[in-house]
Amino acid sequence: MDIFLQQLINGLVSGSIYAIVALGYTLVYGILRLINFAHGEIVMLGAMIALSVIGLLTDSGLPGLLIVSLGLLCAIPCCMLIGYLIERIAYRPLRHAPSLTPLITAIGVSIVLQNLAMMIWGKEFISFPPLIDVQYFSISEATINSVQIFIVIVSTLMMTGLNYLVNKTKLGNAMRATAQNAEVAGLMGVNANTIISLTFVIGSALAAVAGMMVTMNYNVAHYDMGFMLGLKAFTAAVLGGIGNLRGAMFGGILLGIIESMGAGYLGTLTNGMFGSNYQDVFAFFTLIGVLIFKPSGLLGKAGGERP
Amino acid sequence: MRLKKSLLLLALLSAGAVSQQTIAGDLVIKIGSAAPLTGPQALLGKDNENGVKLAIEEINAAGLTIGKTKAKVELLSEDDQADPRAATIVAQKFVDQQVNGVIGHLNSGATIPASKIYNDAGIVQISPSATAIAYTAQGYKTAFRVMTNDSQQGLALANYAVKNLKAKNIAIIDDRTAYGQGLADEFEKDAKAAGAAIVAREYTNDKAVDFTAIITSIKGKKPDVVFFAGMTPQAAPMMRQIVGLQLKAQFLSADGAKTPEFIKLAGGAAEGAIASSPGVVLEQSANGKAFAAKFEKKFGKIQNYAPYAYEATLTLIEAMKVAGSADPAKYQPFLAKISRNGVLGPIAFDAKGDIKNGAVTLYQVKKGSWVALP
Repeated sequence: MDIFLQQLINGLVSGSIYAIVALGYTLVYGILRLINFAHGEIVMLGAMIALSVIGLLTDSGLPGLLIVSLGLLCAIPCCMLIGYLIERIAYRPLRHAPSLTPLITAIGVSIVLQNLAMMIWGKEFISFPPLIDVQYFSISEATINSVQIFIVIVSTLMMTGLNYLVNKTKLGNAMRATAQNAEVAGLMGVNANTIISLTFVIGSALAAVAGMMVTMNYNVAHYDMGFMLGLKAFTAAVLGGIGNLRGAMFGGILLGIIESMGAGYLGTLTNGMFGSNYQDVFAFFTLIGVLIFKPSGLLGKAGGERP
Repeated sequence: MRLKKSLLLLALLSAGAVSQQTIAGDLVIKIGSAAPLTGPQALLGKDNENGVKLAIEEINAAGLTIGKTKAKVELLSEDDQADPRAATIVAQKFVDQQVNGVIGHLNSGATIPASKIYNDAGIVQISPSATAIAYTAQGYKTAFRVMTNDSQQGLALANYAVKNLKAKNIAIIDDRTAYGQGLADEFEKDAKAAGAAIVAREYTNDKAVDFTAIITSIKGKKPDVVFFAGMTPQAAPMMRQIVGLQLKAQFLSADGAKTPEFIKLAGGAAEGAIASSPGVVLEQSANGKAFAAKFEKKFGKIQNYAPYAYEATLTLIEAMKVAGSADPAKYQPFLAKISRNGVLGPIAFDAKGDIKNGAVTLYQVKKGSWVALP
């Protein structure tokens, strides 16, 4: 039972991160029907920028928590700008091109950003300096630390905030209108270009926070950290129903829990035949199952939201 | 005026003739260095490349004569991305460039598929760091290594865990690479033979950073020792998560984790971790200390395998010198019989191409640095 609780906590923490990244995929997909493969790289850039700022301030004598917050506060606008520029430079000129073209461009942007990061920050792993005094809390035999609690709380807040933004505000209304039909939304006075840019900017801000969470939790950042994370988050988005915000949140947390339970119990359940080496396979297996039986994802509407 | 012009012409011509003669007279020995220069293990790959570079610079500075011709060594460095497929492409490239010998590859998983290509082309290869048993077990005459292999290292680690650490229950994690899996299998076999029980055998991959699920699962089985067979980018976060999840067991790993980077990335959690490293302690011999000083002045801290890459290069050139030829077919028999003393102790190969009497040293992190255990 203690192990079950611990695995649940592990899954919840990694799932919260997946969910935040998955939101970025799903936001863009919902509006542009574009899978922005460069999104994982923005997560990485967020982590790298935050770590650079933190590295500069480490010896400044400021309190650790303030330094970390400053790092995050610098990373968010930088990532927003990068997100905006990517859309403006790489995707907007291809808005009316066949859908395969922007997809390939997205992969290209991802490679460019990854190599750019390698040139700027090098090939080495960058570690998160010991600025925060991590507290450990015990729930019976299971452990959770302050960073993990922070991750779960912040991602819940962000998800609630985004949900409110999209469903309750005027901007959200415009976003949903653009997603349904950009031309008609345009006739109603919604500037599609502005809305699309804003979508990228919001997604990138989420990515910056996610990047910070990853480095805080695992204490390392690396120029190719965004790739696998992006792939997992994309899986989470599809699992929940791509284009659907609640689906991305649900899919992310579900994927985290599936992975952690899979790795924890698969070996015992199958008597050692399948072990933790099937951790990733198990997650993707669930995805295949969902795609076969409910291709629109667990929370997605059949046929998608667009006619 | 006319005379001056013709004199100038003569001078130019003779200068041209002289320089042409040196080009024609000098033998250019091409040494290929293959290691991951991009990706998570780029740091280790660069370290190997620097080891080869230092050896070549020294050889060239001292002047080299092969047979009766003056020779110059040239380095061709390629990135194998620690990937078996990329490694075969690199190997084929070296074959096409007709290199005289190869120092590489870094990873066992890359070394093994590449070794077939070198063997087919008759090019001699010395790996500075591949430890998988399978590498020299293929019966290739061209495959050598200066690194202690996994069966020697696994045995030393298992004996240490059972006899010195008095471990009864051991959990094993490996990263599913040729290196990790091979080492973990050897360790498991030897630990069982020494009387310990293997309570868990878990797996991860060489890109993962989240091990909380497998550590939690291991924690339920209450091991005395957790053995990880893999590289630093995984070992360091794993160590942190072991401490974070309050799994109270001794962390034991091998050469892939015995790097300064491990301590940097794992921070305070690294304290007390034990890892083995093939070969002797660099700081304990005069040669080793001198090498470390030389290397660090030029390239910074030694990550791990640079001394082996350096030694492998010197050994390869030494064999060419003795043979009086840079042709792999001619110097290979001399390399197989070589016996020399380097920065890591005596170097001689057995019939399979493995280093004879490969030593293994155990280290523990104490106050933020690796200290050799007695």
